[in-house]
Amino acid sequence: MVADAALATEVVDLAVTPLRELNQRLHDVARTGAGPTRWRVVNPRGAHAVACGLDAELDVEIDGHVGYYCAGMNKHASVRVRGNAGTGLAENMMSGTVVVEGSASQSAGATAHGGLLVVHGDAAARCGISMKGVNIVVRGSVGHLSAFMAQTGCLVVCGDAGEALGDSIYEARLYIRGEVAGLGADCIEKEMREEHLAQVRDLLARAGIDDVEAGDFRRYGSARQLYTFKVDNAGAY
Amino acid sequence: MCGIVGLFAKSTEIEDELGVHLTAMLAQMSNRGPDSAGVAVYRDPAPPGSSKLTLYSADPNQHWGAVCDELGDAFGGEHEPSVRGSHAVVLVESDAAEAEAWVRRNHPELRVMSAGRVIEIYKEVGRPEIFAEQFHLTDLQGTHALGHTRMATESRVTTEGSHPFSTGLDLCLVHNGSLSNHNTLRRALRREGIEFQTENDTEVAAGYLAWRLREGASLEQALEGCLDDLDGFYTFAVGTADGFAVLRDPIACKPAVLAETDDWVAMASEYHAIAVLPGADDARMWEPEPGVVYVWEKAAV
Repeated sequence: MVADAALATEVVDLAVTPLRELNQRLHDVARTGAGPTRWRVVNPRGAHAVACGLDAELDVEIDGHVGYYCAGMNKHASVRVRGNAGTGLAENMMSGTVVVEGSASQSAGATAHGGLLVVHGDAAARCGISMKGVNIVVRGSVGHLSAFMAQTGCLVVCGDAGEALGDSIYEARLYIRGEVAGLGADCIEKEMREEHLAQVRDLLARAGIDDVEAGDFRRYGSARQLYTFKVDNAGAY
Repeated sequence: MCGIVGLFAKSTEIEDELGVHLTAMLAQMSNRGPDSAGVAVYRDPAPPGSSKLTLYSADPNQHWGAVCDELGDAFGGEHEPSVRGSHAVVLVESDAAEAEAWVRRNHPELRVMSAGRVIEIYKEVGRPEIFAEQFHLTDLQGTHALGHTRMATESRVTTEGSHPFSTGLDLCLVHNGSLSNHNTLRRALRREGIEFQTENDTEVAAGYLAWRLREGASLEQALEGCLDDLDGFYTFAVGTADGFAVLRDPIACKPAVLAETDDWVAMASEYHAIAVLPGADDARMWEPEPGVVYVWEKAAV
C-alpha cells in the first residue's frame, strides 16, 4: 500500500494485499471515523466481494474487472468500477452510488433498498430482482426476468429488456427506451406523464447520461391483479 | 456447483504453453469444484491410419507396456504408452472405434476415457491443484483444451464420474449444473445404440450430442437440440477435434464468461479464471446469452 500524496488517495494493490485486508481497512474507516476517504484498488482480477459492506462516505475506484457481489450492502459510499462486474453487483445496497463502466452480470442491484446503481454497459438477467427502493440506470440492455417482484424504486434502461420484464411486480417503476422482449405476469405498459418524464430526466442526469431523451422511454408497472393485491387474501399473510 | 474452463489457442505461443495456462485456469476454479478435476486436451494428432486412446486403470501397478504389446499384436506397430497418473495414452494402428471396442472386449478392467485422433482426457478425484501436479498438466502442448472442477450433486465422487465425458470420437463435454430427465433420456439413447458407463447425468448429455452428430446434425444443431430435449440447468462446454462450443440453458442458471484476444479465446465459470491468461486485461469480454450456441473452430479463425 502506498499513499498517493498528490490525490491524497490510498492505493491498494490486490496483487499483493489480501482482499480481506482491503475490506477490513474500508470497514475500519466506518467503525473509527478515521482514515482515508479516497481509495483506489488496482489488480482486482475478478476477485469476489470487493468493497463489500461499506458504511461510510468513502470514494472507492476499482481499476479492472471484479467478480461477484462487488459493493454489496453498500451504505453511503461511492464505488466506481473501471471494468466489468460479476453476479450480484451492489446486492442489497442501502444508499450511496455504485457505477460500473463496463457490463454487469446477473442480479445487479438485487434486493437493494436505496442509492443509485449505474451500469454503462449491459446488465444481464435478473437486473433489479426484488429491488426495494434503489434506482438503477443501465446504459445498455438488461436480460430476462429483470425487476422480478420489484417492490419500489426505478429501473431505467436505455437499451432493450429481455423476456418476462417486471414479473409479479409491486410498486417499482420501469422505464425502457428500447424493445421489451416480453412482459412478465401482471406487468403492463403505463402512461408516461410529466412527473415520469421528470423522474427519467433526473435519473439520467444523475447517471451522467446526457445524449438520451426522456421522451423516448416507455413506462411499465404493476396491473395489481395478482393474488397479493386482493384484499380477500390479506389474512393469508 | 462446478467450475468450467476452456482455452482455444490462436497463436503458437499459446499452443506451446497450453498446459501451463490450463493449469492456472483450473486452479482458479478449485473453490467451485474441490471433489475432482479433469481436462480434455486436443494435441499431437495420431498419424493417418492410426488413432489414440486414453485409458484409465484403477490399479496403481497397471502394466501399460503389456497392453501396448497386445495392441501391437492385434493391430500391428510398436508403440510406447504415454503414462500420466492413473491414465495412459496409447497409439493404435487402426481406427479409433475399432481400437476402443478391442479394449472393452479384451480389457474390461480398463476404462476408455477418450478415443479419436487428437483428444486426450485425464480426470481424477481430489483437489484440482493436486490433480494438475499428478498428471503433469503443465507439460502439455496443444491447440485447445477444456477443464472441469467438480462439486458432485447427481452421482458419486469417482474417477469415472468426473468430467470431461466423451461418448464420441474426439468429442467431449464438461457441464456445470444438473439434468432432471437423464434417466429417461439414457434409456431412449441406449435404444439408439449409445453406450453409457456411469449413472451420471452429464454422460447422458454427452451421449445425446454423440447421437445427434451420428444422425447427421452439425455441432451447432446438436447443441440447439439440447434446448428442447434436456430438462435441467446447465452451462456446457463441448470440445471437438477442431474447436469448442459453449451453451447456457435458457434460464441462465449457471454462470459463464467469454473473452477473446488475438492469441486466444477463453471461457470460464468466473472471470478470475481468465484473468490469469496473458493479455486478459485488454481482452474483449462478454457474458454468453442464455440459449445461444457459441462455436469456435480452427478453420473459422
